[in-house]
Amino acid sequence: MTPDNKISRIQELVYEIRIGEVMKRNVITISPQTHMSELRSILREKRISGAPVMDGNELVGVISIEDFIKWLADREPDCPISEKMSKDVQTLYDDEPLTQAVNKFERLGFGRFAVIDRQSRRLLGIITKGDIVEGLLNKLEIDHYKEEEEIYRRRVEHFFEDILADKVVLLFQYDVAGHDFKRAGEGASRLKASLNRLGLDPQVVRRVAIATYEAEMNLVIYTNGGKIRARVEPHEIFVKVADFGPGIPDIEKVLQPGYSTAPEWVRNLGFGAGMGLNNIIKCATKMDLKSAVGRGTQLHIRIDTKDGATSETK
Amino acid sequence: MKLNELVEKLNLDVRSAKSRLDFEVTGGYASDLLSDVLANSQEGNVWITLQIHQNIIGVASMKDLAGIILVNNREPEQETLEKAELEQIPIMITGLPTFELVGKLYNLGIAGTK
Repeated sequence: MTPDNKISRIQELVYEIRIGEVMKRNVITISPQTHMSELRSILREKRISGAPVMDGNELVGVISIEDFIKWLADREPDCPISEKMSKDVQTLYDDEPLTQAVNKFERLGFGRFAVIDRQSRRLLGIITKGDIVEGLLNKLEIDHYKEEEEIYRRRVEHFFEDILADKVVLLFQYDVAGHDFKRAGEGASRLKASLNRLGLDPQVVRRVAIATYEAEMNLVIYTNGGKIRARVEPHEIFVKVADFGPGIPDIEKVLQPGYSTAPEWVRNLGFGAGMGLNNIIKCATKMDLKSAVGRGTQLHIRIDTKDGATSETK
Repeated sequence: MKLNELVEKLNLDVRSAKSRLDFEVTGGYASDLLSDVLANSQEGNVWITLQIHQNIIGVASMKDLAGIILVNNREPEQETLEKAELEQIPIMITGLPTFELVGKLYNLGIAGTK
């Protein structure tokens, strides 16, 4: 991206993004009876530079740090903030584009605007220049990320077509550490991103991802670790999950829905409900589970690309 | 209904992926069992749960969910927020318990998956 079109993207964004998306929602309001002498500690404690003044449900003014400094500088006696606030309340609607706010900031030189609902005129939030900058930066970062993802995708999308061979097979391997809940699911998540980049049908990718995630969770919960290997071909994805023990004594039993040997603390995390293998069966075209106590378990999951069109929840 | 409308109507506290709220919500699913969510939630759903550990992000990302609403003012773990930002999954917090929140969502037209 050249500097020039980055500027035009920002110009585009100020029309695209609505005020409601970047404003701060949890507005701290101040009552008009509050005294100027109390203002400093309120602003400092809440780490804000100004606040709308509300008399019950009615927006009657805006008080800011500038008003406070002016009051200090003028050495005036203490008084309710209603005497020092700016009563010319300028508002914006949450459904207006950012450019509306930018214009108003420029024209009026205010530090903040109250944002209200067009119909109910209820106070929804407050917007400062900082919020606008933050909102724009957020969006640009996402654009950048999307762009990178798009480049990756384009690079690999035609992979299968570009390779000249009678048969093309891609092999992905992910190593899974046992009992490491912090990294649990990373393998499935990386596999999912890779398959998306290959341009496979999103439904197929989701099936593979869910089946792999469940298998990975089993490795993390019950084993000392293992490997996930995914073999990707245009017509099918074959996921092999292998560990080195302890192995399953009774395969029939673990395939029963609801059966689980997970310890209490694992269940408290929301795992180990005895649904994992059944989820895998639901996602797979064919699933095969072999295990030998003391040696380890091998789980084979095949997902045909043509089965992908149907939702995995059906 | 879009996620940002839900945020506004239910006064949800958005804690991650604030720029991913402009998405249509396809429905809702409430469960604290991760495998149950993997099995039965659908793409674009909001997920209502009290689980706060980082594996909820993996689940939401696997299922392409619209976002996660944590009930009872449950505070997500720091790692959960970091992962949520990375995977761009919005986490929203409500003070309501699950039952009340689901009732309100239903009244706003967010239906279940069946």
